[in-house]
Amino acid sequence: MTLVQRDRTWHPPALAPDYKTSVARSPRQAMLSLEATPSELTGPRFGHDDIAPGDNDLITNYARTGDPVGERIIVHGRVLDENRRPVPHTLVEIWQANAGGRYRHKKDAYLAPVDPNFGGCGRTLTDADGRYAFRTIKPGAYPWRNWVNNWRPAHIHVSVFGTSFAQRLITQMYFEGDPLIAHCPIVKSIPDPRAIAALIAPLDLNEARPLDCLAYRFDIVLRGRRSTFFENRPEGN
Amino acid sequence: MDYLKETPSQTAGPYVHIGLAPAAAGFDAYDRELGFDPVPGDVPGDRIRITGRVIDGMGAPVKDVLIETWQADAAGLYPGQPGAAAGFRGWSRVVPDFETGDFVIDTIRPGAHGRHAPHIALWLVARGINVGLQTRVYLPDADNDADPVLNLIEQPHRRRSLIATGEGGAYHFDIHLQGDQETVFLDV
Repeated sequence: MTLVQRDRTWHPPALAPDYKTSVARSPRQAMLSLEATPSELTGPRFGHDDIAPGDNDLITNYARTGDPVGERIIVHGRVLDENRRPVPHTLVEIWQANAGGRYRHKKDAYLAPVDPNFGGCGRTLTDADGRYAFRTIKPGAYPWRNWVNNWRPAHIHVSVFGTSFAQRLITQMYFEGDPLIAHCPIVKSIPDPRAIAALIAPLDLNEARPLDCLAYRFDIVLRGRRSTFFENRPEGN
Repeated sequence: MDYLKETPSQTAGPYVHIGLAPAAAGFDAYDRELGFDPVPGDVPGDRIRITGRVIDGMGAPVKDVLIETWQADAAGLYPGQPGAAAGFRGWSRVVPDFETGDFVIDTIRPGAHGRHAPHIALWLVARGINVGLQTRVYLPDADNDADPVLNLIEQPHRRRSLIATGEGGAYHFDIHLQGDQETVFLDV
């Protein structure tokens, strides 16, 4: 088994000067191209012992006195690899700001209030078909100190494992129709507009719950794993 | 051919610990944090500790980094492989001190895997890092001469950027994002 080469031209470059923090944090030497070894081809596994059933419900997993404030949404999708194979039983973790655009973090000093009933993190395992779902609150846009008047579009951070350590991925999901997406230096660090489009979750009215919550669909693609021909593995390719 | 494209990476941002290590971020969202018990007490192997910092291009510590580690057990077997040590997860999450940027990796000494010298694979994310960075830490008191990855590094002096200092199980390993001592990062 080996891994499909990661297309570095599809990902944002390390140095994206309009995203100012990247200037001092981007390696300047060429990376060492390495055909994956057992360290990259193997990876951690997670099971139902690791998480609780309610860990994917951000509306209830930190509620203290009632429901959190904001638009109630479902975010769901599939985790696939580049060969369209589902990635089953893999860990998906998310984190986000609350409806006002404030993170539950002591370093976040934005003037929007902390929501006492919203933690802003969730986690789940994909099912046998690679499907996952979270229930949460639509995060708000918020200002940040990049340019003087910079605003992040509403987004949810998404972390996925896959089955190989080299498939490890963190990305951000954006919402269809958000006018701030086109102005965000972090979004625009991605050179190809088709790649940016892959991060914008469309509204999914089929999964919206009447009189309850809207839904957005976000499919995630991890690096492809492929069998090596002529390995003669008894279990097949 | 009708292949899909990998989802493009985006920075983990400054608040990655909210999502991946909420207790470290200061609140209790779950009964159990992931990645904070990499080596349960009965796992065989020599205990080692690696301390260090991630340092940016200005020479300042990166205080908001999150590091994940992945390694073989004392016999050189990865979790999931036949015969691997029971209870050894091989994976951990490492959160630095938010004031100093100092991190600590407490684990067991990995065994050699085939021709590969003992090493721990590292993956790090932080604000300003657009795609998670992969690298490795090797140990100074192991036989690293034949390691195929170290030997792939064209400039011999840069191989040192992947080898910790110290001895007796107490090691130090700084990761430099830029500069004369820039760490070798892997495009795997």
